[in-house]
Amino acid sequence: MSETGSHENVSEKHLPKEQENGHGAVAVADDPFADPGMPPHEPRIQDIDERAAKRSERVVAMLFTTSMLATLGFIASFVLIPVDKYIYVWPAGNIGALNFALGTTLGVALFCIGAGAVHWARTLMSDHELVDERHAVSAEPETRTKVMEDFAQGAKESGLGRRSLIRKTMFGALTLLPLSGVVLLRDLGPLPEDKLEHTLWSKGKLLINENTHEPLRPEDISVGSLTFAWPEGLEEDDEEFQKEVAKAALMLVRLEPEDIKDKRELDWSHEGIVAYSKICTHVGCPVSLYEQQTHHVLCPCHQSTFDLADGARVIFGPAGHALPQLKISVNNDGFLEALGDFEEPVGPAYWERRA
Amino acid sequence: MSTGTETTAPKRKAPAGERVADWADGRLGIYTLAKANMRKIFPDHWSFMLGEVALYSFIIIILTGVYLTLFFHPSMNEVEYHGSYVPMQGVRMSEAFASTLDISFDVRGGLLVRQIHHWAALIFLGAMFVHMMRVFFTGAFRKPREINWLFGFLLFVLGMFTGFTGYSLPDDLLSGTGVRFMEGAILSVPIVGTYLSMFLFGGEFPGHDFVARFFSVHVLLLPGIMLGLLVAHLILVFYHKHTQFAGPGRTNKNVVGMPLLPVYMAKAGGFFFLVFGVISVISATFTVNPIWALGPYRADQVSTNAQPDWYMGFSEGLIRIMPGWEIHLWGHTLVMGVFVPLMVFPLVLAAIAVYPFIESWVTGDKREHHIADRPRNAPTRTGFGVAWIAWYLVMLIGGGNDLVATHFDLSINSITWFVRIAFFVVPVIAFFVTRRVCLGLQRRDKEKVLHGRESGIIKRLPHGEFIEVHEQLSQEQLHTLTSHEQHKPYEAGPEVDENGVQRKVGRAQKLRARLSKGYYGEQAQIPKPTAEEYKELTSGHGHH
Amino acid sequence: MKKLSARRRHPLAALVVLIFALAATGGLYAAFAPAGEAKADQSSSRSLAIEEGKRLYDVGCSSCHGTGGQGSSDGPSLVGVGSAAVDFQVGTGRMPAQQPGAQVPKKKKIYSQHETDQLAAYVASLGSGPVTPTKSQYDPSGADIANGGELFRTNCAQCHNFTGEGGALTHGKYAPNLEDVDPKHVYEAMQTGPQNMPAFPDKVMPEQDKRDIAAYMKAVNSKDSENPGGYKLGGLGPVIEGLFAWIFGLGVLILVAIWVAARTAKAKKS
Repeated sequence: MSETGSHENVSEKHLPKEQENGHGAVAVADDPFADPGMPPHEPRIQDIDERAAKRSERVVAMLFTTSMLATLGFIASFVLIPVDKYIYVWPAGNIGALNFALGTTLGVALFCIGAGAVHWARTLMSDHELVDERHAVSAEPETRTKVMEDFAQGAKESGLGRRSLIRKTMFGALTLLPLSGVVLLRDLGPLPEDKLEHTLWSKGKLLINENTHEPLRPEDISVGSLTFAWPEGLEEDDEEFQKEVAKAALMLVRLEPEDIKDKRELDWSHEGIVAYSKICTHVGCPVSLYEQQTHHVLCPCHQSTFDLADGARVIFGPAGHALPQLKISVNNDGFLEALGDFEEPVGPAYWERRA
Repeated sequence: MSTGTETTAPKRKAPAGERVADWADGRLGIYTLAKANMRKIFPDHWSFMLGEVALYSFIIIILTGVYLTLFFHPSMNEVEYHGSYVPMQGVRMSEAFASTLDISFDVRGGLLVRQIHHWAALIFLGAMFVHMMRVFFTGAFRKPREINWLFGFLLFVLGMFTGFTGYSLPDDLLSGTGVRFMEGAILSVPIVGTYLSMFLFGGEFPGHDFVARFFSVHVLLLPGIMLGLLVAHLILVFYHKHTQFAGPGRTNKNVVGMPLLPVYMAKAGGFFFLVFGVISVISATFTVNPIWALGPYRADQVSTNAQPDWYMGFSEGLIRIMPGWEIHLWGHTLVMGVFVPLMVFPLVLAAIAVYPFIESWVTGDKREHHIADRPRNAPTRTGFGVAWIAWYLVMLIGGGNDLVATHFDLSINSITWFVRIAFFVVPVIAFFVTRRVCLGLQRRDKEKVLHGRESGIIKRLPHGEFIEVHEQLSQEQLHTLTSHEQHKPYEAGPEVDENGVQRKVGRAQKLRARLSKGYYGEQAQIPKPTAEEYKELTSGHGHH
Repeated sequence: MKKLSARRRHPLAALVVLIFALAATGGLYAAFAPAGEAKADQSSSRSLAIEEGKRLYDVGCSSCHGTGGQGSSDGPSLVGVGSAAVDFQVGTGRMPAQQPGAQVPKKKKIYSQHETDQLAAYVASLGSGPVTPTKSQYDPSGADIANGGELFRTNCAQCHNFTGEGGALTHGKYAPNLEDVDPKHVYEAMQTGPQNMPAFPDKVMPEQDKRDIAAYMKAVNSKDSENPGGYKLGGLGPVIEGLFAWIFGLGVLILVAIWVAARTAKAKKS
């Protein structure tokens, strides 16, 4: 900033009283850096040549006229172009004709008004630079004294300082009052209780193929394939479908039993078919980017990577613990079934979750 | 007001416009207001118009948003779609998603308005960001504008959350994944996380409530607060009068420029139409948030490229690069992998928000400043600003690591590791490099003042030496290049005063002195050329 | 990681020459082979194809996959992968692979469809596996696009993105963009699970589902798919949209601001 004029405000004593190399507000006669003041105004072509000014006027008028035409075009497009018509525009491909027509006409109508106004301002309105004085924001000392006195008077008259009983009870009342607002929020939702700890899975529930909605058999699942399953009884038109599938979604893959490194995983599998929760233990995205050769599963949201051949332990990324595994077996009819619910809460960790 | 009204009223009677103005003045006192403001001076500089881009896109968002509420159903009731978009026929979805499809495919012009709304939102946040950076780098946040800086900062933060709640409304697969992330983040909060989550979603995720709740937050609560802040922001801009760059005739006590009526009104008013026009054309030709391609949200589905809109991107980066730490204590889990990024998220924003107060404390400068700094003349501040931007960018890269991987044939794991390290290293490097560059530019200015501008004319001296003729700068230029202020570092003062009495120098004072030295020490600024230096050089050699 | 992609560089040069020679031979053969032969007895033509396929295999594939398709340290066993796998790998140009890397990329195919069929016939003869689908199996016309979209979002989008624009996997691997991929290859990929892609066999994803998915791909990610809102910016979501809003949106608006704020030209230069 320019110190011209500024140093009069310097109040802090550590600030330079005078710039070591500086010059005062009143330009010293032989100071080569002194402020020469505002340069003289120079006219534009439009200021001295009436023909140029006329030309500018015509340009502005033309822009405003174009805007009118574009608005008419907008209305015409709205009426004439069917909402489901597509046109080919290179390089965008087949794009919605109505959207394209409405947007461009509206854009031109708006842009031309703006361009006209700005061109008018730039070429025809006066371009003399003007100077406004600034005034300090802080009040004059007299004002300040007056305000302080008024306040002291008002405070005194209220007796707030003297009558401590009133003061204390008033603050007490005002502090307590917002609590009613907080209490009112209580019914925004139920208490967590153990809701996050259970899913729809329970002993004997069949594993339903998400694609075919048929129960799965072990022979349906081959090595290298990926299948998603729901618990038996969950239907898409259930009232609580979203909530339930958000916890119960299952990912099924078959590994060669000798590839499974984790003993518990092998125990809980059926002939190498392992069933893992599809819900990431980081923040709950459905992980399912299964790389069948590496047996890794990646989450598309934050790249947590789990090794399905090793108890789905985390090998990369921000997830804090392994994907929960569902114990499965085959029932007497040859269908895959769950042997119970997950033994730990699925999805993201939270304070009450026991490790 | 009466301007431009040239009605041919009967004699002895004032023109109609004037009479209306008189009527209004008698009730609203508009003449007093107009006296102070009608010919208010605004300095012309393109960078002073960045805030206007933000203002106008905000107005556009409100206009289009009101239109969208006429057709949007903020409901999570499940319906089967039977509108005109074929690839969604018969798909189960929430009413919110179905009505968004209707806006896009069955309401004529609905898609355009939706796209204007969304593009304007992306541009709004971007414009606020660059506007904030302009204010930062020119030091325009200094007294008396600190409060307005905070208002602006709050607008930016609220804008982020308004955006987040807004793009979550259609209940599409992408935004639903974002909401699910939010649930996971809330769950990570120690002790109360599960309660907060249950209260926010009206039970377990996703429940049936969040779209309606986000809707009232998005269209009522946040925009209401923002509108209030925006008005306060503008009133303060008027009240303080705009800053200006140094130049001939421009001092700390005046403001030089064009009057509000007519020039600025035409330019600023025209600029609104220009901004709206550009955004309309963009919305006519470029798709944004194609919810019909994303599909309705289902909690067991997901797509890759799951990212938030850009302004939330840095938090996405934070969460992607955090190692997955979990601390288990007495049967409880502290989810560091999620909770730490959640806490760093406000810190990143606060780091830039509190800067003006830190600077004013370090420099002890309590004066009003109305002349905008050139960034090079405040190398330490500029260094901080660039370091913060670099930090922000590093996080953005982290947030888009999968796209960086596919587009530059890199491994996503290497990018994540790079960002983990860069998070700490890049800001430091950016700071020192920037300060160096600033000092180099200061040195060049000094050269220019003392030796003039290179004219490009080569002259051969009698003894055969070739020299380039330097042209002396005009007084305007000399003044402009030397008018910036240079502080001396703050001294905590000696421990013993001149009378030999022990003085107590507080720890805070010592820290302040050290920081001040960092700001204004020899390593942080090039001394301005002095009049003596200049005269010696110019008179000694004569003019080339 | 499997050795599918691991391949040394040196044998390659010789190999490429051989392959070109072969391609030429094959082309000549195709051109001069009597047309009537195609209609000849099926089994004899199949055994002929196997024989030709083996010849092609020995030259082009055996260095990695072993002389009998039993696999080696450089390439997996082909016993039981089926003709569909060969048709996909060779038909999309992925095989023969060129250089080691995280993943074998799609490239210009080297073998003609006829030669690919011969190779497929030979590999199928090594052990039974998924069979190259017929047109009626994969032809997406008339399939249920909406159901395909639903299935795509459940089974495919997590790697390939909402509309099959592709996405990143671990350590430099990726799910490729599916724009304008032949429905036959889409079908075969689901059937066989090439490279790191898991398979979606008919038992868990019936033929009709696969056709629906192919139809959905054709509707949303092909040269003729419709983009209601205008240019789709790659269909990659908010990152690209944000980049565009910054570079193009704000960029244009700043240029406009510069024009608005600039001084108008003076009558004479100062």
